[in-house]
Amino acid sequence: MNENQYPIEIAWTDLEAIVGSDNIWPACSRDMVDNLQPEKVIAPADAHEIAKVLQYCSSADLAIIPRGGGTKLGWGNRPQKANLILSTERLNRVMEHAWGDMTATVEAGCTIASLQQELKEHGQRLAADPLWPDRTTVGGLLATADNGTLRLRYGGIRDLVLGVEVALPDGNVIKAGGKVVKNVAGYDLTKLVIGSLGTLGVITRATFRLHPIPAATATYCTLLSNTSEATQIVLAILDSQLVYTGLQVRADNPHQISVDVRFEGILESLQDQAAKLNKVAGGAPFVQGSSEVWKARQELFSHAEHSVMCKCSVLPAQIGMLCEAIFSRAQSAAVSSIVVAQATGVAEVRLNAARVLSAVEVLNGLRAELGHLDGTLVIQQCPPAVKEALDVWGAVKDALPLMQQIKGKFDPARTLNPGRFVGAI
Amino acid sequence: MDSHLISEFRSIVGDAGLVTAPEQLRTYECDGLTLFRVVPELVLLPASSEEMQAIVKICYRERIPFVARGSGTGLSGGALPVKAGVVIGVSRMNRILDIDVPNARVVVEPGVTNSAVTAAVSGSGYFYAPDPSSQIVCTVAGNVAENSGGAHCFKYGVTTTYILGLEVVLSDGSLVHLGASTMDYPGYDLVGAFVGSEGTFGIVTKITLRIIKKAECIQTLMAAFNSSSEAGGAVSSIIASGMFPAAMEIMDRLALEAAEAAVHASYPDCQALLLVELDGSTREVELLMEQVGPICTSCGAWELRLAKSEAERIAVWKGRKAAFAAVGRISPNYLVQDGVIPRTALPRVLGEIDRLSAEAGLRVANVFHAGDGNLHPLVLYDRRIEGQEQRAMTLAEEILRLCVEAGGSITGEHGIGEEKKHFMPVMFSAADLDAMQRLRTAFDPYDLCNPTKMFPGTDFQYQRPIAYEPHPIEVAGLAQRY
Repeated sequence: MNENQYPIEIAWTDLEAIVGSDNIWPACSRDMVDNLQPEKVIAPADAHEIAKVLQYCSSADLAIIPRGGGTKLGWGNRPQKANLILSTERLNRVMEHAWGDMTATVEAGCTIASLQQELKEHGQRLAADPLWPDRTTVGGLLATADNGTLRLRYGGIRDLVLGVEVALPDGNVIKAGGKVVKNVAGYDLTKLVIGSLGTLGVITRATFRLHPIPAATATYCTLLSNTSEATQIVLAILDSQLVYTGLQVRADNPHQISVDVRFEGILESLQDQAAKLNKVAGGAPFVQGSSEVWKARQELFSHAEHSVMCKCSVLPAQIGMLCEAIFSRAQSAAVSSIVVAQATGVAEVRLNAARVLSAVEVLNGLRAELGHLDGTLVIQQCPPAVKEALDVWGAVKDALPLMQQIKGKFDPARTLNPGRFVGAI
Repeated sequence: MDSHLISEFRSIVGDAGLVTAPEQLRTYECDGLTLFRVVPELVLLPASSEEMQAIVKICYRERIPFVARGSGTGLSGGALPVKAGVVIGVSRMNRILDIDVPNARVVVEPGVTNSAVTAAVSGSGYFYAPDPSSQIVCTVAGNVAENSGGAHCFKYGVTTTYILGLEVVLSDGSLVHLGASTMDYPGYDLVGAFVGSEGTFGIVTKITLRIIKKAECIQTLMAAFNSSSEAGGAVSSIIASGMFPAAMEIMDRLALEAAEAAVHASYPDCQALLLVELDGSTREVELLMEQVGPICTSCGAWELRLAKSEAERIAVWKGRKAAFAAVGRISPNYLVQDGVIPRTALPRVLGEIDRLSAEAGLRVANVFHAGDGNLHPLVLYDRRIEGQEQRAMTLAEEILRLCVEAGGSITGEHGIGEEKKHFMPVMFSAADLDAMQRLRTAFDPYDLCNPTKMFPGTDFQYQRPIAYEPHPIEVAGLAQRY
């Protein structure tokens, strides 16, 4: 050993002692987060090793960025510090598929696609369709609470998780919730960690409630010429007794708007639903469409390195207004835009701006306008310069002090993702 | 309590918002769990968020603990007053503030009852999904505190799924807004954390909730079996066939006898009755119901009866929901439990309960939400017979341990409250409980909100546990145990 080694070298040696020398290696440019270069990547074997690493880093004042599939590392504000990437790649097993109970327990590093593959053997699925299922891991999905088109019928990911195991910065591994579908014992820490962007602990395992894979699926689409008509149709379908499992609005200009509906179930029922759909929709004829339309949300993200991707949340009846606001602001700033809105009122928006300033102008304007509607705008992915100009989360009103308190209780040394979450938590 | 303080409270809530007379205070000495009783020093009934903030600020300044209370129908002692504390009731804050049918949102004050929400929107074809059987009297605030369930949460989920935004008064009297009226809101899911916190994080003063459209078709089938295990087997087979019923409920012989005595629902005379409810599009429900019957028959059902009309369907449910209270007709005293097990463990756990019941020489009636594995064993006993009450309590505890060993939970919908706090270490490690305490102290650093509840290790003194006695509102026929 070198007598003149820096303390950081001691830290690497200590961490090696926890995970083994094969499981910590120098980070490279591919491991950068928002142009911040971490020094090492560490891949612990299990929850207890993760907890030990967290505890060690807390005391050594090293910052950790937890990483699953690495698909959403650009989400959140730029980290204030990033010494280590903590990869969950070695925790990748489906622990249990209790198909009779319609539950499954999975390690955090397992991808959504491989989980679904396993569940399929017994005709079941996790009724969620997040972005990039081939690479997205269970841990990453929970940390970002990314919800897709199935949320409208099956609830968000928060509603599909029964329990979690979490490694905390104090070195403990805790469990919250359980394996049964109904459980009110103790606080619902599961909800607290879902969507917390890895700022409270590292999720190491989750138990999901499952649903049967539907016997058949059918998609119907209609093309409309203005946003208010699209909103009316969405509201009419929401107000109907149709059993849809997806309802979305796609638009890249104010005069060509597609409304998509998905039905799932037994074949006879789908035909019945399709017939009723055209009665509910009144004048707008729905025709059978491709199931590919449900990938529109993910497609927005393709080759979007120079674009701004954001998530707008409004009430269902405000979807038309949201589209109008986006198109008019984008147009006046010479920015092109595409909207894929779910009938839940959550819309994914892509802005293609040649100049950063124009994008920032549109975003600030939109955020202010949505504020009046009690809606919110969160930037998910954008060029670094945009992050320098504004907070990706926007303002969190009077609950921020409470959120800061909670962060302080779980991660007092700010080891996990410092600065990335709301209010630079 | 100091008379200056009482005057200060009076200046905020007025005479109508203050209860000080000893006989009136006794009304608040317990909730639906009458085992524990503590007479509060004072009951405050604020009429607005501002009044709520003002009285909580005084409590904070004086470090007076407070217990929030809805209608007091909780079954785990969550609204049990604490010594030297005040009770803050939300019954005067009972307005529905906004109904937005197109967006399926309703904004209510905390004292609005669960049923009132559905009543307000049923004309438009909507309902509020969580359906605890005390729904006629229980408040939305109480549902939020307990994360209430009901018979239909197998398919529709519990309270937390339907709450979008909360206005909350924290222990220092500050007003905060958690969540929003939209589905997503940046930051931690504090609504998710708050729902089910049993009054230990603060008091809700406004709730934004989601309603849903009533299904086009609802059908309920009754299937008669020779044992609960057989009925449990049918539940597993229905699930395995890929169906997702709105509700699946089992009542055993004792529970059926009791329900029949109370409601005359004309159930088949059997050892175990399974109720299966399907909802959805008419075509789908009709086709699937054709499959449910044969599945039940293949699992041993010897009689199938489909509710022929909406009135008959309601009668079937009325009997089911009456089963708890009705057990009072066949036993002088009883204890209610609320354990949850993985559905597939049902036959084994039921067998074990039978064995424990025989060993203790006490009858156990079983009423349960079979779809989600939520058991409600009712341990029947007679307090007048020496030693029976103790044996009943021991048996009830053994049943809970059985649920935990089977991979389940000690409570599916009734909450921990005062009743089950000593059981928390059976289910959670010290580290798990410590993490919960951290969250609690982030919300309530001075331990003023419903202290001593939910967690063991507090040296709270209550009167010697006494057996179940019907709550006044049960006697009045306003609520039933579920």
